[in-house]
Formats: sequence, structure tokens, C-alpha cells
Amino acid sequence: MASLPLAEDLYQVLLKQLQTLKASQATPFELAGLASGGAWVAERLAKDLNLPAYGVINVSFHRDDYADKGVKAFNSAEGMATKLPFDVEGTHIILVDDVLDTGRTVRAALNELFDYGRPAKVDLAVLADRHRRQLPVDATFKGAKVNVADDQILVLDQADDGKFMFITEAK
Amino acid sequence: MTKTAKTASQLQLNEQGELTHLLTLEGLSKEHILHILDTAKQFVAVSESDREVKKVPLLRGKNVFNLFFENSTRTRTTFEIAAKRLSADVINLDIQTSSTAKGETLLDTIDNLVAMQADIFVVRHKTTGAAVEVAAHLPSHVHVINAGDGTNQHPTQGLLDMYTMRHFKQDFTKIKVAIIGDIVHSRVAKSNIHALTTLGCPEIRAIGPESLLPKDLNMMGVKIYNNIEEGLKGVDVVMTLRIQKERMEAGQVPEGDEFFKQWGLTPERLKLAKPDAIVMHPGPMNRGVEIDSEVADGPQAVILKQVTFGIAVRMAVMSIVAGN
Repeated sequence: MASLPLAEDLYQVLLKQLQTLKASQATPFELAGLASGGAWVAERLAKDLNLPAYGVINVSFHRDDYADKGVKAFNSAEGMATKLPFDVEGTHIILVDDVLDTGRTVRAALNELFDYGRPAKVDLAVLADRHRRQLPVDATFKGAKVNVADDQILVLDQADDGKFMFITEAK
Repeated sequence: MTKTAKTASQLQLNEQGELTHLLTLEGLSKEHILHILDTAKQFVAVSESDREVKKVPLLRGKNVFNLFFENSTRTRTTFEIAAKRLSADVINLDIQTSSTAKGETLLDTIDNLVAMQADIFVVRHKTTGAAVEVAAHLPSHVHVINAGDGTNQHPTQGLLDMYTMRHFKQDFTKIKVAIIGDIVHSRVAKSNIHALTTLGCPEIRAIGPESLLPKDLNMMGVKIYNNIEEGLKGVDVVMTLRIQKERMEAGQVPEGDEFFKQWGLTPERLKLAKPDAIVMHPGPMNRGVEIDSEVADGPQAVILKQVTFGIAVRMAVMSIVAGN
């Protein structure tokens, strides 16, 4: 199996894409990071893109595995509630996540987002794409496609200095 | 009573030790209580104003039956709102005109409702152990939440009181809590005492006339005060309770004015508690009997916050038991 991608490199790739978008697009966009890894990425992107604020989306209430796992499924992002400090209605919103995998989390995030209003447009930006999709979802902006063994979970970690790194955990 | 309570605390957990019914706070572990409070915190956001759709789909397609064999406004309504915010279908049974009034037994009623695909029963009954009896009778995929059984337990009220105290005072191990009034008939007081003890509250005081204090309070580690001024000194939380006339014999306690004179929570008496003490009441409240209007409407009262938190706490309990 190939070695893990360097999260910092992927972050720079993603940042460049969004800087290009910001320069070329007349209408502003807002970032909404998926708790918790995606929210860290959104926080840094907002700072590097000079955006005044960024949103956080907690997908817990819309997860599709509640019937199997109950609320145990949703305590991982505990303490990071959905917070969208901008008007969702009519806004171009970019969902930000660390890893895009089956697409199920993104589906849940879209449902959560639409509970706050009807955006003009929604894009998805991710650091890493594991391309094992189970739903018709894709990212508009991505750091890179990565290969990780099927029995591993790819997790984003953030050092004290704010730098990102990927680690793998057994499923 | 101890036998029933013991059965209740075992019965509410499944083989994996997860909460599958909520019957009693007696014997419910600290981990379970904190898990419910943490989950409730997440649900508070569902009712917030910037969320246009104040509903989440967790219990979509589930049927919640409200079975209230005793009167209730707050509890029944907040259970209904909680279930609806979780997208469940709620069926309120009008017991006065139901088959029970025609002589059908409680368990026969339950069997019929299970045949109608009930998923959760919210049960209030004047008999101690009624919810336990229902839980013991049900197939494992159906869940029971005790919404008050006689003078025994009212666990969701106890939990929403814990949520309120945690919200305002953060640390249970650093607070003194005084409960005033009709404690002997109060399932709310009992649920509170059990939960506070489990959560490590170092000092629980019971204030009231001897006739309204249960005999076993000492055994539960509660300090008894037959003088309200003494009992209120330096406490962080003051909880007043209604006198439950419907559960007592005539002459057991002094009537309205007389009771207020001796045990009513007045602004002067409240000054004896810590300056930032909060005042709680589970409702329904009798102004001028157990509490002065000036206190009930004053800045230290969190009585209406309790009601609001009650929705999130009931959402948490329903989504936890239904998922286990």
C-alpha cells in the first residue's frame, strides 16, 4: 500500500483552487466545514482566504445509520454543533471536509444545510478523496485521490501549530 | 418499594448494558445520566431560531403513544413536542374515554397498542411501578419511558432538573441543593435526590414539616431541616414543590396561607441562599402557597428554562432508548 499523503501538501493544493475561485468569481462564497475534521480545514481556509467567518455543520441528526447504531453514531462530533454565521438563503456555499469516502456524510450534510435555508449553489471541497462512493456525490475541489486499505479509516489530525497530518486507524 | 426499584433499574438496561427503557433514576449510573445530558445539549440546537426547520428525522416512521392515566400539561405537551421534533408520529390517548374506563386492564390496552405498531410508550400512572409493569410485559423492540408513577419516580423531570443545574452551575460536586415542601409525595424530589447523589452532589437538604418529609431521607444522605431559614443558608440551588393535596388526607398539612407563612419561598428568605442561587420549580406552581410571586418572576427563577430544557432532554431520552 502506498504511503499516506502529506495533508499539508493537499491543503496547499486545495487552498490554491479556492484562491483562484475567489479571484475569478464576482459573487462571494461561504465555507461550511463538516465537524470535526472538515471544520478545522474550513477554519484555516477562511483565515488564508481572508473570509470574515466560516460555518460548522454537524451531520449527526441526518446520519443514515441511526437505526443500526442509535445515538452512539453521533457522539463523535459532540460539542461541535451546527453553526452557520451567515444567511444560507441564496448564498453560494462550499462544504469542506477532510476525507470524501462513500459520500454518505455529504448527503447528511446537505440535509442539515437545507434545514437552515435554500442556498443558491453548493460545492464540495475535500483534502483527500478515497473514491469508494456509494452515492452519486463528487467534490468540486480536491487535494488528491488517495489509496488506503479498505480496513483502515483515514483520519485528519491537527498539531499544536495548526499543521495537518493524516493518520490511519483500524476500522 | 426497594424490590420494585431494583427490578426497574435492571429492567431499563438491555444485555449490553444500554438504556432501552427509562423507568427510574435510582441505580442509573453516572455515565448513563451524563450521556443523556450531553445528548440533550446537542438537541437544544434543534429548537434554536436560526434553524428554519426545527425538526430532525431520527424517529421518522416511529409511533410514540402518550399514555397519561393522570393529568398532565407540561410533561405530556413537552413529550409530544419532543417526539414531533424527532419526526415521530404521536398518538395521545384520551384515557377518560378509552377502553380502560370501560374495564380493560392496562396490559390489555398495551397489547392492543403494540398490535398497532407502537414503538415507544410514554406512561404516567398513579400506581407506583406501573411503567415497570408495562416494560416487563413488552417485546424487546418496544420502549417505555416513565412519565411519573405515583409518588415513586419521574425520571425525565429529574434529568431536566439536572440539565438545568448543570447549565447554570456546571459542577455537581460543588453545589448545595435545598428542596422545600411536600417531599414525601414528590416523585420529582425522589428522582432528583437519586440523580444528585449519583452525580456527586455533596449536600442535599430537605426542608419542610415532618409530615411532608419521608422517613428514609437520612438513609439517602439528605440533611433534614425543620426550619426554612436555617436550611436555605448558603445553598446554590433552591427547589420548591407543590403540596400534592390529591395524595394526602385532610389535615396532614397547614392550608395555603398558614403553609406560606412557615414554608413559602419569599424574597427575604431567598436572600439567605447564595446571591447567585437559582430557584427551580417542577410546576404546577401555586403562587402564594409554596412560592412568592416576586421570587417566581424574579431574576433568580429558572422555572421556564426548566420547561424549555425539558424538550431537549426528552428528545435525548427518546432517541437513546429507541436506538438501543
